[in-house]
Amino acid sequence: MSPENSVGVVASQRVRFGEVLRLRSGAELPGFELVFETYGTLNGERSNAVLVCHALSGSHHVAGYYADETDNVGWWDNLVGPGKPLDTRKFFVVGVNNLGGCYGSTGPLSINPESGKRYGSDFPLVTVEDWVAAQARLADHLGVHTWAAVIGGSLGGMQALEWSLQFPERIRHAMVIASAPKLSAQNIAFNEVARQAILSDPDFHDGYYAEHGVVPTRGLRLARMVAHITYLSDSQMAEKFGRQLRHGEHKFSYDVDFEIESYLRYQGNKFATYFDANTYLMTTKALDYFDPAYEYDGNLAAALARARASFFVASFSTDWRFAPARSREIVFALLHNRLRVVYAEIACGAGHDSFLLDDEHYHALLRAYLENIAV
Amino acid sequence: MTEQERRARAEQRERFDFAVIASWIPPGERVLDLGCGDGRLLRYLNETRDVTGYGVEIDDESVLRCICNGVDVLQMDIECGLSGFEDNSFDHVIISQALQTMHATERILGEMLRVAAEAVVSFPNFAYRANREAINRGHMPVSEDLPYDWFDTPNVRFFTIVDFEDLCARLGLEIRERLAFDEAGREVSDDPNLNGSLAFFRLGRPS
Repeated sequence: MSPENSVGVVASQRVRFGEVLRLRSGAELPGFELVFETYGTLNGERSNAVLVCHALSGSHHVAGYYADETDNVGWWDNLVGPGKPLDTRKFFVVGVNNLGGCYGSTGPLSINPESGKRYGSDFPLVTVEDWVAAQARLADHLGVHTWAAVIGGSLGGMQALEWSLQFPERIRHAMVIASAPKLSAQNIAFNEVARQAILSDPDFHDGYYAEHGVVPTRGLRLARMVAHITYLSDSQMAEKFGRQLRHGEHKFSYDVDFEIESYLRYQGNKFATYFDANTYLMTTKALDYFDPAYEYDGNLAAALARARASFFVASFSTDWRFAPARSREIVFALLHNRLRVVYAEIACGAGHDSFLLDDEHYHALLRAYLENIAV
Repeated sequence: MTEQERRARAEQRERFDFAVIASWIPPGERVLDLGCGDGRLLRYLNETRDVTGYGVEIDDESVLRCICNGVDVLQMDIECGLSGFEDNSFDHVIISQALQTMHATERILGEMLRVAAEAVVSFPNFAYRANREAINRGHMPVSEDLPYDWFDTPNVRFFTIVDFEDLCARLGLEIRERLAFDEAGREVSDDPNLNGSLAFFRLGRPS
């Protein structure tokens, strides 16, 4: 990354919303806080705001770095910055940590005002719809009535899609990348394995682990390991690790033999040091529940009839978690409703995680689409 | 011919090609353009006739150029059919000089008239006089409308106006209009299979 097109030093902000938020589950949050970051400047017409939605483990820290943590670079820094595809000289870009997250927004680690203790598993399950409702309050706070675009990959793409349904008049372009209109049984199955890993960890304590001063590290580690397999493609794993041995020979033990084992353990261990188990559980349920067609007898086209936005939909050839066919479901439902849509199927070997890479063609597509958005 | 002249001629030719197709598309229609390339035909139809719709294209670079051109492009492989497109969901489906680059000729033609009531097809006529002369000289033709060397061509189907008419008859497709033009862009009425370099057909389902 060249420093001249980085947004540079950034600082996160925090806002409190006092009004009750009624959740899809029926539960209510008396109020909540969101942490967010912004890059670029909101123009006079307030027509250049772009919301970046994060996926499972992402945060509000989308681009740039912190003054006291210069190596903590935003998770989509390769996309967002002056001269980058999501150009901060043109757009006012907003990143937000979703409700229930563990990076500072109100979530299971926050203090429950009713008990004075951390919420733990008392934090209500929030859904993609709830996230978007919370993001809309942030938009109000920032003075953004209509987003020029809402963009996200994977679970972030689901939020972009949900914006077009919940607030059709408040989003001009929905950019839905490496996403799906709902999870498949296989997707849910992987999530359930991840949840069971956490729930069965003796340190989980029914979700009140914080009160016991412990973290269900083993469960989180396993959850991340199994999920990580779904983020990579078979071919990429073969290319990166193959059957390479860690110690050059078979050890005839259950220690690490193969490099892929070492890699997964490393990813799992790293994740378990910073991510909250309750947030993880809740987020996987948000994924499972997301299904705009649910209330329309499974008819996605009927569900999307409310949408007014123009869409950019993209998938990656080797993504088997949310394969291109899943994106095409969205595309054809949009066509049914005569909505504007661009659909690109990008040849990229890196599987689901391709959406985070700065693949040249992928970024050229994003740049071209974003350049044509009038502000 | 200099590169500049070549480009000027290509542009002139493109305008004529676009104009023929546009003359068959009533204003305000909703169209699907198969093998839309960089999307310029759709953009032209949008600008001149307020036509809306989508292009379908497989090539990465062309998809990018469509997006630059502000055209709604769907990156899909037409060879796999148009199964996601609903019956009668478009007024016209266009395939402009792209049918000869596809293997599944019959299926594509059938599918076109499933998703729209009328189809517009244009293609280079392999039996055009200059092409016959090239073959007589012992060479595969390279011409204005067949501009590729045999070893480097996207074309996989080589057919003539009469071949195409035979196929339409066999598939039960109604030919509603046919136009043929020579290499200079003049309309040809006398023996189009010999004198026409580029052919345009307006096809429908038999009423």
